[in-house]
Amino acid sequence: MTIRRVVGPFNRVEGDLEVSLAISDGRVAAAYVNSPLYRGFEQILQGKLPADALVLVPRICGICSVAQSAAAALALADAAGIAPPANGRIAANLTLAAENLADHLTHFYLFFMPDFAREDYKSRRWHDGAVARFRATAGTAHNEVLPVRARFMQTMGLLAGKWPHTLAVQPGGSTRPLQSSEIFRLHRILREFRGFLEGVTFGAKLEQLAAIASRQQLDTWHAKTGGGDLRAFLDIAADLDLWHVGRGTDRFMSYGCYQEPDRRLFPAGLWAGSASPLDVAQISEDISHAWYAAAGLPQHPAAGSTLPVAAKEGAYSWCKAPRLAGQVVETGALARQLVAGHPLARDMVAGSGGSVAARVVARMLEIVLVLPAMERWLAELTPGEPWCATHKLADETAGVGLIEAARGSLGHWLTVRRGRIHTYQIIAPTTWNFSPRDGAGTPGVLEQALAGLPASSAEPLPAMIHHVVRSFDPCMVCTVH
Amino acid sequence: MNLLWLQSGGCGGCTLSWLGSENGPLFRLLADEGIDILWHPSLSEACLDDARELIARCTDGRETVDVLCIEGSLLRGPLGSGGFHRFGGGAKPMVDWVRQIAGRARHVVAVGSCSAWGGITAAGMNPTDACGLQYDGEVAGGLLGPEFRDPSGLPVINVAGCPPHPDWITETLAMLAHGRLGAAQLDDLGRPRFFADQLVHHGCPRNEYYEFKASAEKHSDQGCLMEHLGCGGTQAHADCNQRLWNGEGSCLRGGYACIRCTEPGFEEPGHAFESTPKVAGIPIGLPADMPKAWFIALAALSKSATPARVRENATADHQLRAPSVKRIKK
Repeated sequence: MTIRRVVGPFNRVEGDLEVSLAISDGRVAAAYVNSPLYRGFEQILQGKLPADALVLVPRICGICSVAQSAAAALALADAAGIAPPANGRIAANLTLAAENLADHLTHFYLFFMPDFAREDYKSRRWHDGAVARFRATAGTAHNEVLPVRARFMQTMGLLAGKWPHTLAVQPGGSTRPLQSSEIFRLHRILREFRGFLEGVTFGAKLEQLAAIASRQQLDTWHAKTGGGDLRAFLDIAADLDLWHVGRGTDRFMSYGCYQEPDRRLFPAGLWAGSASPLDVAQISEDISHAWYAAAGLPQHPAAGSTLPVAAKEGAYSWCKAPRLAGQVVETGALARQLVAGHPLARDMVAGSGGSVAARVVARMLEIVLVLPAMERWLAELTPGEPWCATHKLADETAGVGLIEAARGSLGHWLTVRRGRIHTYQIIAPTTWNFSPRDGAGTPGVLEQALAGLPASSAEPLPAMIHHVVRSFDPCMVCTVH
Repeated sequence: MNLLWLQSGGCGGCTLSWLGSENGPLFRLLADEGIDILWHPSLSEACLDDARELIARCTDGRETVDVLCIEGSLLRGPLGSGGFHRFGGGAKPMVDWVRQIAGRARHVVAVGSCSAWGGITAAGMNPTDACGLQYDGEVAGGLLGPEFRDPSGLPVINVAGCPPHPDWITETLAMLAHGRLGAAQLDDLGRPRFFADQLVHHGCPRNEYYEFKASAEKHSDQGCLMEHLGCGGTQAHADCNQRLWNGEGSCLRGGYACIRCTEPGFEEPGHAFESTPKVAGIPIGLPADMPKAWFIALAALSKSATPARVRENATADHQLRAPSVKRIKK
């Protein structure tokens, strides 16, 4: 017998999330993911002056705020046919990197790890340690990490005025010229952050971790003494076998991010056991199971619309279902590092596909890879050289901005008519990962990842479901926007 | 004093701003001030049925709520149903939960301009019929109505801002915990006066440029942003340039205009956010309390008296001329 169970709110995700589970024989037979909040940014943006998008879109999301700014700035720059000067490009990289690393840290300590302090695990040998270190709001890590995070976010005070919701990220570059003493202060902040990561989070030099090229090398490193919160997670992951839980579609996508003079630090592409190029013309949004009105087939976002309806047969979410060439793809730090070709990322999914542990380790790996890049970018800034190019946007134009937020691929598609925004369509990372079914009935990534997990119709939901959900670092406010 | 925090139709940025608090470990500070988080959607362990049970207890009075913090706009649509935002795990719209708990809580705090006035979610065509707890833009009303008062006689306390500074939130909560926040500590719009009785202009590092009307013309210029680039800092109520953001930041220090995000209706300024509307060359939005004729006269005078150093530096992204060094004549 199949029993339908609606569970929510999932907290410690950014925003609102509800999941409906069809449970049969003690397992999840099917999952239906619902994003229960609609705010209508795509409607709000219609008719606005294009530059005003830079005020509106960061406010889609308090945790991916700069990523939203960056996508809008790229879309406007694309529409205007301009590129920022070197300082502006580097400042944009630093600002996005600061947000992405802070988000990875926030996810690990505040959103994800506290689930291991649950009473569900009180018989486990690591439980007492997890309670002491990671219990929500009370663990030693929380009071230790928040001041470190706040100090690291002082990069935003210098680079972007404040966080979240800056206007410093512009199509032409940055509004914030930096002088040598400010660059030195930024350098000190990065050095202190490195000190915390190497001492507390990893118990190892970043470069040592960046060189780990396989699961086996990771296990070898894990077995050494050295402490650190990542080792605590790896202990738990091994005990709970988190390497074999939460498999999605095993098709991974990245738009690429962090613009270098001739390439992106992490490139765009697809990974599905082998690499292939990304053709963004193949993206479409299906609304067959979402509360929107539209006629006809799934639309490419450049031609898409957003018309909410109060009720619709078969619909169960405000989230549309984006597909790439009709297929479900996963996005996030793991996808980024798979596409970029990091050997550890590829080895982590080689045997058993995407998993809770692989997603968490990929986020940590990304901190390890990006902080040294930030240190390099700081050294490449040149006070006295320009920071921001001026431009004039044509009255009839269009642009696309593709970027990577902490939790995955973020795209903005903009058309301008008579000097006003005609359409503005957004596909956020969690729109991909937490999409509902499409017209063919194919479930989204999380819906697939939850299927088969143990669950009962009446007992409290097993903690494993929480781990799978949160392993994606979902941002629900971005998802629907 | 316990605290229940709910997120309505917003971006979560107020919480993220709060987590950037720079006065030591936030959770330790709260505990030290006697503030106990009953539940917070981004921070608490309890979720699903446990969270719903806890919140149901707050709704029917089995659990007393000392402070109800609401982050995000209240979404009344579609067609008054509240269906654009249901609290996960059930059919009840968030606005119904908020109405019920607000009717029992000892104090109600709007965290951020969305729950204070409607904010960004109410911009444009306002597709979700978003409003604030006690304001709908500049008009008193909103979800709870203009007559709403908590049991101590206070209206909704509007910790406005998009987002609010972390200290505005923490200090408001601490004042409530210490019994030091009464009607006299709130301005006409229900904002705590400790930050709302200041202007963003106060402490602006571009002040010399402002004095001489030496204006920035494009992004990354060092000059004053009021004349051309949309800055509303001389009218916006907040202490952003005295109590800095993320270390040593503020919007002005970041090189971009104050968009008056603590003010009701800021989301629809009636002009491009980053350009200043003018009539006959005079900015429409004059500094707070400044008579128009005097502003025009002083602006003309100060423009004619602008030192070359200030004029040249205003349109550059770094200092072209340093202040001259004067030696004391002996």
